[in-house]
This record gives sequence, structure tokens and C-alpha cells, in this order.
Amino acid sequence: MLYQTCHLADLFEGFASLMARERDALCRMDGLIGDADHGIAMSQGMAAAHTAVAALGDVTLQDQFNAAAKGFLNAVGASSGPLYATAFLRAGKLAGPRTQMPLADTPQIIAAMAEGIAQRGKAVPGQKTMLDAFAPAAAALGAGSLRADIAAARSAAQAGAAATTDMIATIGRAALLGERSRGHPDPGAASAALLITAFCDQIERLAQSEDTP
Amino acid sequence: MTLTQKLINDGNDAVDEMLQGVLAAHGAHLRQAAPRAIVALHGPRAGKVALVIGGGSGHEPAFLGYVGRGLADAAAIGNVFASPPPQPIIDAALASHGGAGVLFMYGNYAGDVMNFDMAAEMLEMDGIEARTVLTTDDVASSPDRSKRRGVAGNVFIFKAAGAAADLDMTLDEVERIARHANARTYTMGVALSACSLPQTRHPNFDLPPGEMEIGMGIHGEPGIRRAALRPANAVVDEIMDRLLAEMQAARGDRVAVLVNGLGATPLMELYILNARIAERLAAEGLAVHLTLVGAYCTALEMAGASVTLMHLDDTLQLLIDHPCDCAMFRQG
Repeated sequence: MLYQTCHLADLFEGFASLMARERDALCRMDGLIGDADHGIAMSQGMAAAHTAVAALGDVTLQDQFNAAAKGFLNAVGASSGPLYATAFLRAGKLAGPRTQMPLADTPQIIAAMAEGIAQRGKAVPGQKTMLDAFAPAAAALGAGSLRADIAAARSAAQAGAAATTDMIATIGRAALLGERSRGHPDPGAASAALLITAFCDQIERLAQSEDTP
Repeated sequence: MTLTQKLINDGNDAVDEMLQGVLAAHGAHLRQAAPRAIVALHGPRAGKVALVIGGGSGHEPAFLGYVGRGLADAAAIGNVFASPPPQPIIDAALASHGGAGVLFMYGNYAGDVMNFDMAAEMLEMDGIEARTVLTTDDVASSPDRSKRRGVAGNVFIFKAAGAAADLDMTLDEVERIARHANARTYTMGVALSACSLPQTRHPNFDLPPGEMEIGMGIHGEPGIRRAALRPANAVVDEIMDRLLAEMQAARGDRVAVLVNGLGATPLMELYILNARIAERLAAEGLAVHLTLVGAYCTALEMAGASVTLMHLDDTLQLLIDHPCDCAMFRQG
């Protein structure tokens, strides 16, 4: 089973509608420890990424990721712009200049994105950021089978995002709150867990369709 | 939940429609170099360091109102409360640099730092040197000066750096002046009500009636603590105690004062605050060289105010007095 450019285009379309649906909930979450605009940045960014990918003709997976990176960054700026743009560029490098990749290799996209986010944000896990969803998901890979990897990454991302509630932010805007940031989930980790879940769900569906004769 | 009433069209178009209106009003001062990059018509010139400022929208007249001769040469405009992406920052730098280097100045926020740093890296590949001085004047935001946010003190700090550039100082000198100006500028604010983003029109934090948030940021970030609203003099005293303790001035020293409205607070209240500020400064034996009162760095329709003190020395006083002519700020 191969992961093709049409699947990646579907993924970005799904990301755009997911973030549009979650926009106001993410803004409310951000209002508790930040400036209440995270849902807006994510919905605008993913809408632009989707538009940029959908506008492409006959291209490679890397072209799609690069277009998504540029689209997201220029629509948003903010902190999510450089972070997701870098994540997509890394994912594109992993996918490479080809029109399809083995489905079994796709979980490594999560690891590539996690690495890009950590490097651009100069962050480590435990600081109450989106990395607290991406890093555990990346660390959960290597379980053996594609199915096991996908299931492990998805639950690790969700558990990681939930665990940010008890963390004190030590980087980014919420860090200035110190102890007052505890008790609220990080909106960046929450949106990251939603995206990782959507990606894992897609891979799982593709793997299942392969099993079905 | 009821939505905040705003005079907008589609909330997603708010920034671009504002820019359209700004350009229609201030064509004698500003031109649009790119969709989100504004340049001073009479600012940039060959051999002069280009001062490029920027940040999220919603703080008007910051940042675009401070673009003009003698102050900033260009500004990159972000979405509401969001850093601009690298492209408009690059557009602003390319439209204003005069071969003597570019100085980026903006408030210390994680998003702005990432986007401006990416822009600086890309400009370097084109052979344009861009340096950065972050403003960190919000004393309430952290005990560590380097981690503090940049807020209304931007006005004085940008003003000093812009004057230094206008006096044809080198990039090294303008950068040094900018750091010096930032190190001697102190701001603290208080919020009385929330603001709401044009896209959501929901208040971005809850502040119960009768309460105030001391040390609130200019994007509605929580401050130091919440307390019952007190009379203006008591609020000023709490702010001034903190600013004076930070500033460590000697009797006879000079200051510049900015009493800044956050958006919804009327001038009457700002002047009431200033009456007490002037009393407190006089009691400390400090001479007020300049006082600005008004909306200089806002947070949409947030109610509240901030007080900024710049601890002047001969250099800073000269630079603060240097003429400038911007769309929304004039001096001399």
C-alpha cells in the first residue's frame, strides 16, 4: 500500500475543516493562558495550506509539503506559522521528491515534524507546548507494525496534550505566568493532538482498506 | 454568549481594510510596499540605517503610526495580535534599506522573534545585514529583564533609535542606542475590561465587574494579580512604586512620561492618572522633560492604561526631542 499525493491533499483538506470546526474552542482555551488567538491562527494557517496544496498540479509529496509550509507561514506568522512551516518542510524532506511513499513509512512523518518544531522553537518536551503532543507521539513509534505504531502515536499525542494541564509553561507567551499557567491545557498541544489524531486515523483507514479484499 | 459590537465588515478582512483606510488618510506619509509592508515616503535614504518595526495589529497607532521621517522607516503588519510572517518583514526591509544596514525593533514575543529571525536569515542570503533589538519594558511580565514583554515603552524606545538613525549614526551606534533606550524604559499597566478579536468577537478573558488585572499584557495576557478596582490615585501609586523601584533614579534626574490608554479608557481618566503621576515624580525630585498622554499602544477595545517612564540622560533627551513626522505622531 502506498501513500500518494491524493492522500496528502485529502489530509490537508481534512486539517483545514478540523481546525475550522475547533477554532472557537481553541481560542477559548488560549484565552485562559495566552492571547486567545490560537484557533484563528490554526484555522487560517490550515485553510491556506489546503488552498496551496489544492492549487498544485502534477507534483511530488515534497512539493505538497513545501507549498503547505509556505501557505501556512504567510497566512499566519505568529508562533504557529514558523513552527508548522518548519514541521512541514521537514516532513517534505522525509517524503522526498516522489509521488508516493510506502504506507509503512508514513508514521516517520510525525517524527520529522516533531524534530522541526523542537529545532525552530528551541524547545524540549515538558515546557507546555505543542511539542508535548508531537514528541511523545514520535517517541511511541517503532512498536513493530504499522497498526501498532499508529495506535501508539495517536494515544501518546492525546495523553501528552492532556498532561500539559499539570505543567508550568517555561517557554513562549504563557511562560510569563509561571505557576498561574498550571491547571489549563496548552492550546498548541491540544491542536497538535487533533492533527496527529486525524493523520493517524487516515493512515489506519488506508491500512484497513488494504486488508479488505 | 453575546458578541462584542464592532464596526467591522468580515472580521477576517479587518487588518487589510484598516490598511486601506490608513493609506487613504495618510498618503502624504506612507506608501504600501507590499500587502502587509508600509514604508515612510520621506524616511529611508541612501547611507542611513533603516529602522524596521512591526508586530501584530490591534495596537494602533502602533506600529504603522510610528513610520515616518525621524522615526521608523518601515513596518511589517501582522494579523490581529499575531507576528507578521517573514515575507512582509523582508518586504519592509528591502523597501527601506539604504545600504547601511537594517535594525529590526519589536516587542519580545516568541512568535515575533521566530518570524523576524527567519526574515533576517533570508536577508543575509541577499547580502543585507539585519540586526535585532527587542523591547522588554513591561516590568510586570517577569523579574528577568531579558524575558519581559515589549509594550507601550516602544514609543520612546523606537523614537530614540529612529532619531539616532536619522542623525546618520552607524548600525553599531543605532543598535547600541536602541539597547540603551530599552534598558532605561519601564512600563506597567492595568486592565479594567477585556478586548475581543474581530474574528471571534468574544472577550478574550473574564474580568468580573469591580475587578482590575494589574500588570496585564497588551494582548490580554494575565498580569501579576487580580484585585478590586481602586481609586485612580491608589492604582497610580501601585504602578509608580514598582516603576520607581525598578528605575533607581537620583533626585534631579529627568524622565519622559507616557500615560497610555489601552483603547477604551477616555482621555479624562488618563489625565487624572497623570495628575497623580506628576505628584509622585515631583515628590521624588524627578524632572519631567516630556509627557505624552493618549492612545499610543492599544489592545483593541480593552479598558485600562499603562504608565511608561523613560529615564533620560543627555543622549536620550536629545534623541527624544529630535523632530519626527509620522502619520500618527509628530515631534518638533
